[in-house]
Amino acid sequence: MRFIPLFLALSAGTGFGQHAYSPADIDAGGTLYRSNCMKCHGPEGTTIAGVDLGHGTFRRASTDDDLARIIINGIPSTAMPPSGFSELQVKTIVAYLRSRANAGTAVSSEAARGKAIFEGKGGCHHCHRIYGDGPLTGPDLSQIGVLRGPLTIRQSIVDPDTTVPPENRYVRAVTRDGATFTGRVLSDDTFGLQILDSHEKLVSLAKANLREYAFLPNPMPSFRGKLSDQEISDLVSYLETLKGVAP
Amino acid sequence: MKAFPLMLVLAAVTLPAQVSFERLLRASQEPQNWLTYSGGFDGRRYSSLSQVTSQNVKSLGQQWAFQARSLEKFEATPLVVDGVLYTVQAPNDVVALDAATGRIFWIYPYHPSPQSRPCCGNVNRGLAILNHTLFMATVDAHLIAIDATNGAPIWNVKVARPEAGYAMTMAPLVVKDKVIVGTAGGEYGIRGFIAAYEAKTGKEAWRFYTIPGKGEPGNDTWAGDSWMHGGAPVWVTGAYDPDLNLTYWGVGNPGPDWVAEMRGGDNLYSDCAVALDADTGALKWYFQFTPHDEFDYDSVQVPILADMDWKGSPRKVMLWANRNGFLYVLDRANGKFLLGKPFTKVTWATGLDERGRPMRAPGAVATPDGNRIYPGTMGGTNWNSPSYSSRTGLFYIPSWDNYYADYIKGTVEYAEGQLFLGPSPASPVAGLHPEQVPNRRAEDGYGAIRAFDPKTGEKKWEFKLSEVTDSGVLTTASDLVFAGGRDGYFFALDARNGELLWRATLGGPVASGPVSYAVDGKQYIAVSAGNTLFSYALRP
Repeated sequence: MRFIPLFLALSAGTGFGQHAYSPADIDAGGTLYRSNCMKCHGPEGTTIAGVDLGHGTFRRASTDDDLARIIINGIPSTAMPPSGFSELQVKTIVAYLRSRANAGTAVSSEAARGKAIFEGKGGCHHCHRIYGDGPLTGPDLSQIGVLRGPLTIRQSIVDPDTTVPPENRYVRAVTRDGATFTGRVLSDDTFGLQILDSHEKLVSLAKANLREYAFLPNPMPSFRGKLSDQEISDLVSYLETLKGVAP
Repeated sequence: MKAFPLMLVLAAVTLPAQVSFERLLRASQEPQNWLTYSGGFDGRRYSSLSQVTSQNVKSLGQQWAFQARSLEKFEATPLVVDGVLYTVQAPNDVVALDAATGRIFWIYPYHPSPQSRPCCGNVNRGLAILNHTLFMATVDAHLIAIDATNGAPIWNVKVARPEAGYAMTMAPLVVKDKVIVGTAGGEYGIRGFIAAYEAKTGKEAWRFYTIPGKGEPGNDTWAGDSWMHGGAPVWVTGAYDPDLNLTYWGVGNPGPDWVAEMRGGDNLYSDCAVALDADTGALKWYFQFTPHDEFDYDSVQVPILADMDWKGSPRKVMLWANRNGFLYVLDRANGKFLLGKPFTKVTWATGLDERGRPMRAPGAVATPDGNRIYPGTMGGTNWNSPSYSSRTGLFYIPSWDNYYADYIKGTVEYAEGQLFLGPSPASPVAGLHPEQVPNRRAEDGYGAIRAFDPKTGEKKWEFKLSEVTDSGVLTTASDLVFAGGRDGYFFALDARNGELLWRATLGGPVASGPVSYAVDGKQYIAVSAGNTLFSYALRP
């Protein structure tokens, strides 16, 4: 947490040779990022340890030219390969990466409004736990601001079915003697199933002892149309502040 | 029990530890040992030991475990010679263990150059032995001879330049007085080759480039100068037919992997089986599985040499389940195509023509937004050894099914020592992490151990896994199949029908092929999982 004010100061400060970028450039760069860079760097640019492309400042590059050089040439002796992008394409990727400077730095009033929606109109707290408070029916969101970036969080709210990771699936299983379990899948392998059941108990089931088991539809509803764009933005802003440690 | 260690010492002194080439040729006659990477020159991974049967396999119990001091994937197949087990702790430490107890005799530590950059892990797949000497190919592209008695290095030669992306991960193949190796680096724009070295001195005896040079036949299958950085690596051990005096090798993908328009043409001998004269390295024949590969379908599988009745007359054949999703039967005397059928979901080709050449599916190419192709980059199977049992007549394949990748059109430029790939295809199947048992969706692809009749290409049975598998397969004379999976299980199946007979939880992905051996009349089955090597035998 101590890093954030310093980091904000840096990214909001002199800009290190940043230029103004058009929304079209940022969009085009985002498309190129998703089809070329995301496989290794992840949707938020943070999946490689020690490499953060998600917040507009970079360990190995301070100017846009530095960034462009790395994108074109790669980094020798690392897994970062050279690319064949045109100068224009590189410019748009740089624009996209720079546009991420404000990602996850919510204005506190937005976050406060988002918290109210989480606990009120949105009803999110009926399923999700934050900082030890709330049920474990849905994923614990205490660290969601670290685990996911704003784009992914927004998608989970608006189009939840497109982003269900394997560990957030729900299963219904019936044993040979008739006991029924429903819960979130913690592990699913050739011979067994481990779940957190609806009573918040850890249950291990041998597939050989099951009469039937099937995945359930994703219980997370879409909030498209149920919350306004501003409300969803506020909610995302709030969730982005959740970094694993209660304030 | 106090007499036991003394007895072992005596045995080690008095037994003939020399592993002559004649012993390697007759490896099947001493099933207590596992003398080559595949258990014999025929690549079958078949053990004629039969103490463990379908009746008693449930009594298998762990005898010992060796924990490698390495977090890297444990891909090595051990050798077992007269009670001593030799393996490699990643990346390149040779370890000699008591095969009955797992206790360490010695470790030869080797520190590869920091210039080495194998694409896909600092791994090693095992050793070769001749007489008193072990041979190891290293990730910094050296070949090292080591004294099997005390682990002392004898010679060390540089095979290729690691700074240019060359690396060696395979177990070498010993034929007569030579040690044969190939080099990995297909993701770095190398020019692949297979080379033989004198076992006594390390002097290079011959070299076969897997990409023909200017003026050589086949060079015209590469547009312009693309042959110079065309990859075609060789990173899995070949097979040998002593009657034909041919060694057989699978050749890897052309480079750049995913920008195929930079290398117009069929790109020989990438994605080929090549048959080389064991004495000279001269090319006797080749068969290309995937001409002009756009999908990273390395043909680095272990060739299986089988002799069978083929349509009424005896024939020397080669069985090959390829990463491209098809299984093949070839005549190994001349490379003639005999049979080919998909063994997993395939969308890049609509089938094979009468000569075995794939008929490309229209539109099955990379596109700017990504084009979904089956199988994905890791293939319908990969380098993990299949097995063949002449008792059942079945060909056992570690398979990935319903598995895809989205191939993206892009560009790349060559720079020495840097990845030469193009845009990486997106796939839901993650890489293999030894420290975790992954949890993913079956609808994104799954693994299976499958048995096929090579005479028809027909699937006889499958044992389905919830995850894809990186395990090799072992068959035994008691009609058992041993294999494992990424979800950390090791299991025994009935070789005739695939029925599950026994399983153990090893807690880490199986990423090598199991072997069987015997010490003092007791049969063992060894397998690595995570970073540990386990050995099982019947409990008293």
